[in-house]
Amino acid sequence: MKIIRWLLGLMIIGLFIIFNFFIYQGPILFKLINVSLFCTLFVLFRVLFGPSPADRIVAVDILGILIIGLLALLGLHYKTDFYMDIALIWALLSFIASLAFSKILEGRSLDD
Amino acid sequence: MIREILGMAFIYIGIAFDFFGVLGLVRLPDVYNRLQAATKCVTFGTAGLLFGIFILQGFNAFGFKALIGIVFIFLAAPVAAHAIARAAHRSRIPLTSETVVDAYEKDHEIKE
Amino acid sequence: MQIKTRSRITVFILSFLVWIALTSVRDPQELVAGFVVSVLVALIAGHFFITTEKSKHFLHRMAAAILYFFKFLWEMVKANFHVAYLVIHPNVPIRPGIVKIKTRLTKETAITVLTNSITLTPGTLTVDINPEKKEIYVHWIDVKFKDVKMATKTIGGKFESRLMEVFE
Repeated sequence: MKIIRWLLGLMIIGLFIIFNFFIYQGPILFKLINVSLFCTLFVLFRVLFGPSPADRIVAVDILGILIIGLLALLGLHYKTDFYMDIALIWALLSFIASLAFSKILEGRSLDD
Repeated sequence: MIREILGMAFIYIGIAFDFFGVLGLVRLPDVYNRLQAATKCVTFGTAGLLFGIFILQGFNAFGFKALIGIVFIFLAAPVAAHAIARAAHRSRIPLTSETVVDAYEKDHEIKE
Repeated sequence: MQIKTRSRITVFILSFLVWIALTSVRDPQELVAGFVVSVLVALIAGHFFITTEKSKHFLHRMAAAILYFFKFLWEMVKANFHVAYLVIHPNVPIRPGIVKIKTRLTKETAITVLTNSITLTPGTLTVDINPEKKEIYVHWIDVKFKDVKMATKTIGGKFESRLMEVFE
């Protein structure tokens, strides 16, 4: 059972890699951004079907770090640096959000 | 020329480790293991990506913002992981059945 | 010089440098605004940066910090290949558990840096700290030793001696 699931996952990832790097014709940075968006799909899977609330908080925290890389690549493609400002602000807000979520999960008030 | 090859190599390595970390977020069995894989790999991957962008851009505003992003990620990601892990354990989210030892549970019961 | 004054001056210089790096100065007005903001930051929150006297000389501590940084980077690369191996393997070969380790460090900054390093190195994640007894609870993805002494030697021992030189 386990090995069948592993092979299925390998097949999905292989199909994505073949489509992204050999069939899709675009600039190389767009291919990398596609890989990053594919990662975000996995994170959203964990947000939707996470069995416990802590899983969802972990997924949101990781999403915040992935978005920094995504925005940096976009800024590299459009040759402008204000995407990096958005990325830094996003990182700050996502860090504060994870701390607040974990405090609420622990059952304490926010000014503790 | 060699600067571009080096920068693109760092960006490729970063994207690959991002992907491994997110794969760990989907495959591993409970919150703590997921937190380990995701925090380590996604932090290292995004830091590598931003360092590649710093090599490509040199010492201008974009490059400095990427460097500040690296420092912020290295400071913030472990602290968020620690807060989430502690909150998950205090709100009684169970460890996986393969766990061999839990020293925190024992001491915590005595303390309360 | 008093320790609070020294801390405020350090914070002022650091925040002014960060301001210059972020705005890429084109106009003297930006420099004046950065000066005012840095002075405000140093007056309000400056005294948290340096709180205790260190015994070693500054240059010695900087050299130790650079050595520590490269060791930490190497451990982190090893950690990432370990996680990649675990994730690709068909039946995930893990043996997780939470163990307890002891530390000899006394300064708060040193303990923070130690716990952050433990989180980013192979197979370990800090769960909680007991500051009175100086104990750290660590989630270990592949438990090799269950008793406190061997776990301390395996997890924290490689960083502790260098951190003693940097922060004590």
